[in-house]
Amino acid sequence: MSDALRPTGSSPTSETSSRAILAPGYSFTSVTDKIASIALSRRTPWQWFLGALTGFALTMVLLASLSYLFVKGVGIWGVNQPVGWGFAILNFVWWIGIGHAGTLISAILLLLRQPWRNSINRFAEAMTIFAVACAGIYPLIHVGRPWLAYWLIPYPNSMSVWPNFRSPLIWDVFAVSTYATVSLLFWYVGMIPDLATLRDRAKKLWAKMLYGMLAMGWRGSARHWARYEQASLLLAGLATPLVVSVHTVVSFDFAAGIVPGWHATIFPPYFVAGAIYAGFAMVLTLAIPLRKLYGLEDFITVRHLENMAKILLATGLIVGYGYLMEAFMAFYSGNVYERYAIANRMVGPYRTIYWSLIFCNIISPQILWFRKARRSVPILFVMAMIVNVGMWLERFVIVVVSLHRDFLPSSWGMYRPTAWDWSTFAGTIGLFLALMFLFIRLLPMISIFEMRQILPAAKAAEGE
Amino acid sequence: MSDFTRLREAAGTAGPWRSLGELGASADFREHLHREFRVPIDSGVDRRELLTLAGASLAMAGLTACTRQPTEHIYPYVKAPEEVVPGEPLFYATAHVHGGYARGVLAESNEGRPTKIEGNELHPASLGGTDIFAQAFVLGLYDPDRSQTLSERGEIRPWSAFLAAARLAVGKERPGRGAGLRFLTGATSSPTFAAQMAQTIAALPEARWVVWEPAGRENVYAGAQAAFGERLEPHYAFDRADVILSLEADFLAEGPAPARAARDFASRRRGDSPNRLYVAESTPTLTGARADHRRPLTPAGIESLARAVAAAVGAISGAASSDPFAAAVAKDLLAHRGSGLVLAGEGQPAAVHALAHAINERLGNAGKTVVYTEPVLAGPPGGAAALAQLAEEMRAGKVTTLVVVGGNPVYTAPADLRFAEAMEKVPLRLRLGLYEDETSRLCHWHVAEAHSLEAWSDARAYDGTATILQPLILPLYGGKSAHEFLAAFSEQSDKTGHDLVKDFWRARLPGDFDTAWRKAVHDGVVEGTAFAPRSPSPSLRPLDAKPPGAAETAGELTALFRPDSTVGDGAYANNAWLQELPKPLTKLTWDNAALISPSTAENLGVANEDLVDLLLAGRRLTMPVWIQPGQAEGCVTLPLGYGRTRGGRVANGKGFDAYALRGSDGLWSRAGLEIRKTGGHYPLATTQHHHAMEGRDIVRTVTAAALARDPDAVRKMGEPPPGPDDTLYPKLPAAAYAWGLSIDLAACVGCNACVVACQAENNIPVVGKHEVTRGRAMHWIRVDRYYEGSLDDPLTVHQPVTCMHCEDAPCETVCPVAATVHSAEGLNQMVYNRCVGTRYCSNNCPYKVRRFNYFLYSDFPTELAKMVRNPEVTVRSRGVMEKCSYCVQRINRARIAAERENRPIADGEIVTACQQVCPARAIVFGNIADPGSAVSKARGQRRQYGLLAELGTRPRTTYLASIRNPNDALPGAAKTGGDHA
Amino acid sequence: MQVFHRSTNTISRVSVFGAVFFLALLLWLFDALNRSPYTTLQGVARVQPVQFSHKHHVGAMGLDCRYCHTTVERAAFANIPPTKTCMNCHSQIWDQSPELEPVRASFRTDRSIDWVKVYDLPDFVYFNHSIHVAKGVGCETCHGRVDQMPLISQHPTLQMSWCLECHRNTEKYLRPRDQVFTMGYVPAARQEEIGQRLKSEYHIRPVLELTDCTTCHR
Repeated sequence: MSDALRPTGSSPTSETSSRAILAPGYSFTSVTDKIASIALSRRTPWQWFLGALTGFALTMVLLASLSYLFVKGVGIWGVNQPVGWGFAILNFVWWIGIGHAGTLISAILLLLRQPWRNSINRFAEAMTIFAVACAGIYPLIHVGRPWLAYWLIPYPNSMSVWPNFRSPLIWDVFAVSTYATVSLLFWYVGMIPDLATLRDRAKKLWAKMLYGMLAMGWRGSARHWARYEQASLLLAGLATPLVVSVHTVVSFDFAAGIVPGWHATIFPPYFVAGAIYAGFAMVLTLAIPLRKLYGLEDFITVRHLENMAKILLATGLIVGYGYLMEAFMAFYSGNVYERYAIANRMVGPYRTIYWSLIFCNIISPQILWFRKARRSVPILFVMAMIVNVGMWLERFVIVVVSLHRDFLPSSWGMYRPTAWDWSTFAGTIGLFLALMFLFIRLLPMISIFEMRQILPAAKAAEGE
Repeated sequence: MSDFTRLREAAGTAGPWRSLGELGASADFREHLHREFRVPIDSGVDRRELLTLAGASLAMAGLTACTRQPTEHIYPYVKAPEEVVPGEPLFYATAHVHGGYARGVLAESNEGRPTKIEGNELHPASLGGTDIFAQAFVLGLYDPDRSQTLSERGEIRPWSAFLAAARLAVGKERPGRGAGLRFLTGATSSPTFAAQMAQTIAALPEARWVVWEPAGRENVYAGAQAAFGERLEPHYAFDRADVILSLEADFLAEGPAPARAARDFASRRRGDSPNRLYVAESTPTLTGARADHRRPLTPAGIESLARAVAAAVGAISGAASSDPFAAAVAKDLLAHRGSGLVLAGEGQPAAVHALAHAINERLGNAGKTVVYTEPVLAGPPGGAAALAQLAEEMRAGKVTTLVVVGGNPVYTAPADLRFAEAMEKVPLRLRLGLYEDETSRLCHWHVAEAHSLEAWSDARAYDGTATILQPLILPLYGGKSAHEFLAAFSEQSDKTGHDLVKDFWRARLPGDFDTAWRKAVHDGVVEGTAFAPRSPSPSLRPLDAKPPGAAETAGELTALFRPDSTVGDGAYANNAWLQELPKPLTKLTWDNAALISPSTAENLGVANEDLVDLLLAGRRLTMPVWIQPGQAEGCVTLPLGYGRTRGGRVANGKGFDAYALRGSDGLWSRAGLEIRKTGGHYPLATTQHHHAMEGRDIVRTVTAAALARDPDAVRKMGEPPPGPDDTLYPKLPAAAYAWGLSIDLAACVGCNACVVACQAENNIPVVGKHEVTRGRAMHWIRVDRYYEGSLDDPLTVHQPVTCMHCEDAPCETVCPVAATVHSAEGLNQMVYNRCVGTRYCSNNCPYKVRRFNYFLYSDFPTELAKMVRNPEVTVRSRGVMEKCSYCVQRINRARIAAERENRPIADGEIVTACQQVCPARAIVFGNIADPGSAVSKARGQRRQYGLLAELGTRPRTTYLASIRNPNDALPGAAKTGGDHA
Repeated sequence: MQVFHRSTNTISRVSVFGAVFFLALLLWLFDALNRSPYTTLQGVARVQPVQFSHKHHVGAMGLDCRYCHTTVERAAFANIPPTKTCMNCHSQIWDQSPELEPVRASFRTDRSIDWVKVYDLPDFVYFNHSIHVAKGVGCETCHGRVDQMPLISQHPTLQMSWCLECHRNTEKYLRPRDQVFTMGYVPAARQEEIGQRLKSEYHIRPVLELTDCTTCHR
């Protein structure tokens, strides 16, 4: 055991306590108690019920919207000629983007041996899974005949025809499903030791049974730990390229099209950056209330928030560069359609959306250059919210504004989302919340054993 | 015919009607009956519900991937008619009668169901082309709203009862020698009908026949009267005219034979020496859009222009005016004596027609480009005067029996006659009508009229050529033809329509009657019935040189009343195809609006879709406005034919009834209109929101001169397309056939016929106003309309756009399930049954020609709706993409025929629906792999260009640039220049 | 205290691996069902108003297919004979047979006989008999040994894969035109050779064109 407990990565001894990733005064037991109790013993705060209830209510809205959709057809949405893709696809891209932070934190930061990730990776991963789940709904329901959506999967069939492997949508099927599977495995495998802990500490039988089954007989033997390390490293290795690939492939949906405003080689990198941007924004949005609600300020310290703020700033700048390049290339190409498309974003009927996007994603994050702002919890929370909105607006601009005016002016039109567009969107948010709240109530939202891993280092830091 | 009998049972709501009919017969009770028995079948609300269920069940069916075929049945003939081969269509020659004039057509029949209308090559008014009305009238045959019963005061009666009533009525009139008997009909050219009428009136000399056609040709005849002292039918040889001056004559869309006119006109636009067209008009028309020089003028302005030109060519006395336009036109006309042509529109006063005749006489055009014959329309002079007199007589109680044959006078009569009120003074009112409409409501007897595809009749074309109309199907609702109806008032009441028509011709056909008759019916034209050209008295009546008295004072608004460009005078209001057909210039659907010029809108401070109060001579109408570039200053066009109250489910409540403003003193135009802003708003459904080309080379227009100077003028206009090898995609394998389409924009007149033809051929559903406003119209081929130049008098161009069948099609690469793929012969195939509906292809289509079934648009529940469908084309269900297929069903039919005989497909053997209907012959389809084919020749022309070809799509559909031939002497020449390269 | 019995370890392992196979099984079942006569109705005889026996009329009496299916050589639809055709003979023979009452009734009342469609393609499939006959595809190839069927049932699955099998390898199925209507035709030489010869002789279009979607779907 003790081997496994040796803190990995650079010990923060030389750091001041303000940079601590674990508040002083904790012992192995106290860490475990504090986290495990949330799932097992502690009284559930009323805010949880409030949140969970909202989540479930909105999930019902989702179910209602989908039933109506299946009965009537996608005509209930605002999609039309020329805007064939509306909320469904833009929300898909938005959710997928959000679903990036988790794997990034767990996988890449694990490989980079960043111990500070230990307190946030668990629920970041959970968030990933739930976001991808929400994203996954859209491609299925946005098609005209959802009951035939399985035709996108290549399988030997009685029609003896195959899907069209040249289509980015087929690549999506593979990219997204792989990503979902690996993330799920990674998350679950990472949780096994803690599930065992919960199993051992649970008082009620049903809890013992439940956690026991999930723990799959983990005994924490050295052999288990060795296997565990192997597995998580392996999965991390698998997941890392996926983080990049998924949104790259998603960006192909647009980049492979000839629509002015879509057809750009810069899409893959700036989609990935945008995804991480959105992902961390969402992690912040969740982490800040959580640590308050469950008094976890000691585990999710200001340093965590600050690190994430830095990542926000960095990725935000990359995204900004992306926008700039788009505009420049349009001008530089001398292509009349590209030029018009960009100009149309800036001064066309949807200009307000474009400029609010610029404000949300490029202007406002600049405040994070200031240490004070990075370490101010309220500012960070507002910031994260703004970025969430901004990224959604970005997808609106890309999907809708590019389509509504393309080559032949005779076919130009407008896109107006209907109540059903909104209800479906709200519904997926509800589903996300519902799953999130279930998770924090029933599972250890912070990785217990990984916290214990960094404990000695933290202790040493105190010793200074 | 077994399915026909079943249908009849389906349609016969007779049972419940009779039983309930006895309860009461008041008008409101009939209203009640309508609600009870008509609506639930497929009214807006209930239909939606049905669709809901259908959609749901579809979903279920799909979810169980094991889609078992539902058990289907086969009902073979008991005794098979020999000419019928199941699955092989038959074509019968007949005619579509519009405003009394016959337009020859071939009606396609599939197992006894008329499904499609084609032009009749042998008919002078068609020459193989047709117009939107001919294309759409087959839909009217299956209209479930058509009157289905013979009724007296709302009570179902047998035909025999009506015969008795008619006989009784005639008996009552006999003593007074028919003094109280009036027959009110629409314009007709039917020789049989005219003869019947003459016979009836001969028996009752005091009876009178009144003709009322709301947008008729009375002015034309009156004009001839004024010029020559006799009523004559002028018709024009546009193919022989080098210079044409149209005084608001929209001959390409209106008039007796627009299809023929377009054919002749277009034949002179393609060549190196195109004709030149001057148009003066108050409201933009398709003809005006084709003009080399167009002049927006008020009605008075048009008349003074006519006088100026007449004076300048010396047709009338008086000083030549200073107007440079008039001078230039006159100069041009004088330079083309005998090959010039001046014509005035139906809406122009007799004086203007007279002036046109005078000019043509003077320049020796008469007999060359203008031909005069005796009037084609039978019956006494019509027009407002005749109707006004009738109304007067009715009001005075002089009329005891009123027989209304067709038409819809209560709806179409000038408002100031208060016709309905006068009519109710008549003790006995009998009516034959296709619908139980506004007029039937006020008639004691209503007889369901047979659709012209259900009955025997005859009619004359613009040049007098007669056509025998033959039925393709027994009357679905047991309707009667006008002949049978009229016969009820004579001694021949027992005769069938067939006998009446046949007997009329018996004496008049040369040679053996049966052979001649069979030939006449088969060909769709009766040989040698064209009227002989008349050379009218050369000595023209002296025309007064003084300008007209009633010129509108400056600043005053003038109301123009015109038949709507898609629903006509209202007769087609219940035809969903025509309702959803975008009007050629405004691109509006499902509604009419008051068209005002941009500057007028500015002065009034109104914008599109603003509701305004229109006040004219004490009459009032609230209507939305639509800003129409090119509208003459101060002129407000009020399209007729909308605001129906009893026109059927499609027609009712659509648009606004301009007849409510129309007075007998100004049928076509009247000054003194007042407009008041109400602040209200009324949404209109247009299919095109953006009207400028944004400087993109979409529609290329070149002047004849520029093209002569530089053969490459057209190609130089746009960015050059990539070369044959500049592609990463594999080349298409060389197949025996490579299908391609060429559209000649110089010939295209933007008449929309291709749009309706395509809809009829390919089972394209109608989506309704709401869906159109949401940008979901389904037409596979659309006619784009762009404006260039000033708002007040822009250059208007039209461009039919359909699937380009790109060789490197952007849509194909992105479809995840390979539902749209390329065929070896270069078709961009759309496979409905494979489509899952991601709409990615539509997004990626630069031409935006793909259409998506957002809901279950195709009418699955209604039985009648299925009758008109083309059995060769899949009916698309909800959630699939669709688009132009180059009429692949026709390609396959031709190929199978050819392969059965082991021969190649001949050029011209395959004709697409749009090509076949096109009156201007602007569309050519064929094998571009064969250098000798017509399409290859067309594509070989120097005007050829590919739309957005610079994207590397390699479109198989290509265009020939439009040609303009401006007169350099006029300032407008620069604008219409076109060589903006 | 231990809540789980030792055996749980095994159970968990089994279930983890088992799940994979169970899923595979489900998929296989689904596919099997989709190809089974339950879905395709292959070989399922239908109840008809008249128990018409092709075995008797074709096999025993040797009637030519075209005697009833008159338009098979010139139209898409092979034609179901009008009642008149039946009555040509059955006004003379078996004219009292109760079996044939529906036929006589139809002839009397001028109402069609209500046959149940056996070879029923989806409405989005456009099959044309005439071209197949003209290109040397035997009736037997798709309809089986009709001369041995007392009651007609669907010979093939009529699934798209079945259509494509022939459109992709025509040489395996072509026969000389004069053998098209033969039942129990045996190729004179190796089918491949004959097929190849006929393919060029009858100008059979290349596979690429025969498998274009619009060949059958429009």
